[in-house]
Amino acid sequence: MAIIHMEEIRKIYDTGKVKVEALKGVDLQIEQGELVAIVGPSGSGKSTLMNLLGCLDTPTSGKYELGGQAVSGVSRDELAEIRNRRVGFVFQNFNLLPHISALENVEMPMLFGGVRPAERHRRAKELLERVGLGDRIDHKPTELSGGQMQRVAIARALAMTPDIVLADEPTGNLDSTSGSDIMSIFTDLWKQGSTMVIITHDSALARRASRVVEIHDGRITADHAAAA
Amino acid sequence: MKRDLHVILNLFASSSRLQKKRAYLTIAAIAWGTVAILLLLAFGEGLKRQLDKNRRSTGENLAVMWPAVTTKPWKGLPPGRRIRLRSDDVDFVRQRMPELKSVHGEVTSWRTALTYGRKTVNGRVIGANYVYGEDRKHYPVAGGRFFNADDEINRRRVIFLGDELAKDVFGDENPIGKTLLVNNAPYTVIGVMQHKTQMGVYGGPDATHATIPITTFKAQFGRDQLNVLVIQTQRPEEMKSELKKLNSILGPKFGYDPTDDRALATWDMVKSSQVTKNILLGIQIFLGIVGSLTLLIGGVGVANIMYAVVKERTREIGVKMALGARRRWIIAPFVLEAVVYTFIGGALGITIANLLVAATSFIPIEHNRVMSFLGRPTLSPQIGVITSLILGVIGLLAGYFPARRAASIDPAATLRYE
Repeated sequence: MAIIHMEEIRKIYDTGKVKVEALKGVDLQIEQGELVAIVGPSGSGKSTLMNLLGCLDTPTSGKYELGGQAVSGVSRDELAEIRNRRVGFVFQNFNLLPHISALENVEMPMLFGGVRPAERHRRAKELLERVGLGDRIDHKPTELSGGQMQRVAIARALAMTPDIVLADEPTGNLDSTSGSDIMSIFTDLWKQGSTMVIITHDSALARRASRVVEIHDGRITADHAAAA
Repeated sequence: MKRDLHVILNLFASSSRLQKKRAYLTIAAIAWGTVAILLLLAFGEGLKRQLDKNRRSTGENLAVMWPAVTTKPWKGLPPGRRIRLRSDDVDFVRQRMPELKSVHGEVTSWRTALTYGRKTVNGRVIGANYVYGEDRKHYPVAGGRFFNADDEINRRRVIFLGDELAKDVFGDENPIGKTLLVNNAPYTVIGVMQHKTQMGVYGGPDATHATIPITTFKAQFGRDQLNVLVIQTQRPEEMKSELKKLNSILGPKFGYDPTDDRALATWDMVKSSQVTKNILLGIQIFLGIVGSLTLLIGGVGVANIMYAVVKERTREIGVKMALGARRRWIIAPFVLEAVVYTFIGGALGITIANLLVAATSFIPIEHNRVMSFLGRPTLSPQIGVITSLILGVIGLLAGYFPARRAASIDPAATLRYE
């Protein structure tokens, strides 16, 4: 079953005078358990695609179903709920809340998801142990290295057991060793059955994916299984 | 709902805190506004209470009538006839209107020589019924008394002095028991009036006249034609109908149309006190508005700071939205934060205002001409409630508008770049 089903997706940014067509009709299907890399030069529309995939934004036209649920014509709060339950985000700049601990950061989506405090705490701790930060749960993000922060972000992305994990240049702000560690975590998660979409222009990263989608000028130009 | 509250309180507790200096300044602005509104309202309340007290010091539920000239024809009589009341008419009114609390008449002798020893002062002497002392609040200083029914029946030559008049005649000497010559006739001083600040005055302030029994007055001055007739009702709301009744009784007796309200020129103190009350209410509302505006400026300060906070936390808000925070979970912690600053500032302001008001109680009111009219600033529970309500509304608004901007943040735009 397709986790992600996109048909004829268009996105036009209308800034008053200028209309920019960022996506010009994208069809994309992603199956359960895939690790997909979306690659493309800057300005190709891959960020826009990421926003649409993650329900941070809605398409101008086209059909988008996430986990069998149509994502159009829903209210802002419903969209928030879809993000909460179905999408886990990993960002290039981590986007952790700086003044609360790693544990509280991981608990945050569960707070929004209505998970009880005791269960939140237990699960957040378990996830941080899973990404190898069991001894750092009370550290604030400022007390962690880049690689550690990104691992906290991954634990947070997994907190609500989402349908899909969306990573936007997850290794972009990391040195190569940390980057490779993070990538290993992603492949491990993939092997355990998670569905992942990674947006990157790092070809080394893309090579470790099961499938590579190339996007160029708002259109998908290539879609093939990775060499690996 | 319970879940909302749980999430909101959690987010409130975990959002980044304002820099301290900013928080202090905001709180100070609110405290200042609160002090301003409280002091202005306290001043208004003090003024109201003092004026009310001063107004009552003439007497309560009184109407004063000056016998005058008819303005309407009546049973073949032309207008322009002078009405004359005598001391007997006081008894007549008492008999026909037993429901009144009291009735008395007054006769006045202007510029009367009052002599003690070698000193002579020209003063007003009022001849009145003994109930006058109670009706018109001529309370004696300890050691003295007002004249009583016996004095009136027996036409005793006793005299009760206003406090300023007593000081003019006797200086620092205690007048009680002394003999005072009134137009060369000896009178015994039986009492001196307690000092009072008086608002409603007819003839002259009570402090500057002397009062003697109306019977004694008639014996000495040979006249008992009333200068004024005064009635006192049990309750203020009865005054209007009692005045009407009085005219319907006196009209036929003295030959004037009972609807001719000029025959007896009437000062209805109940009615005029209502006017005063309305003016005071107007003053209080005005002071309240001025205070509220000051507080509003504090509220604008809070809103301003909250806008800055929203800007600072744009990314934080974007992250929370990406993680699935609903609109109200973003809005409520901001509103709560603004309310907390307002609350702390308000509490501080209330404390300061209370201390300041308490400090004014050390200023003496007696014999202080300004204070005896302005009164002492007073904080009442109503003032507390009003101020708290205004503070609450300002806090909510100061939080709501910035929070609405926070909720309109586009998460997609905030998350990507440093």
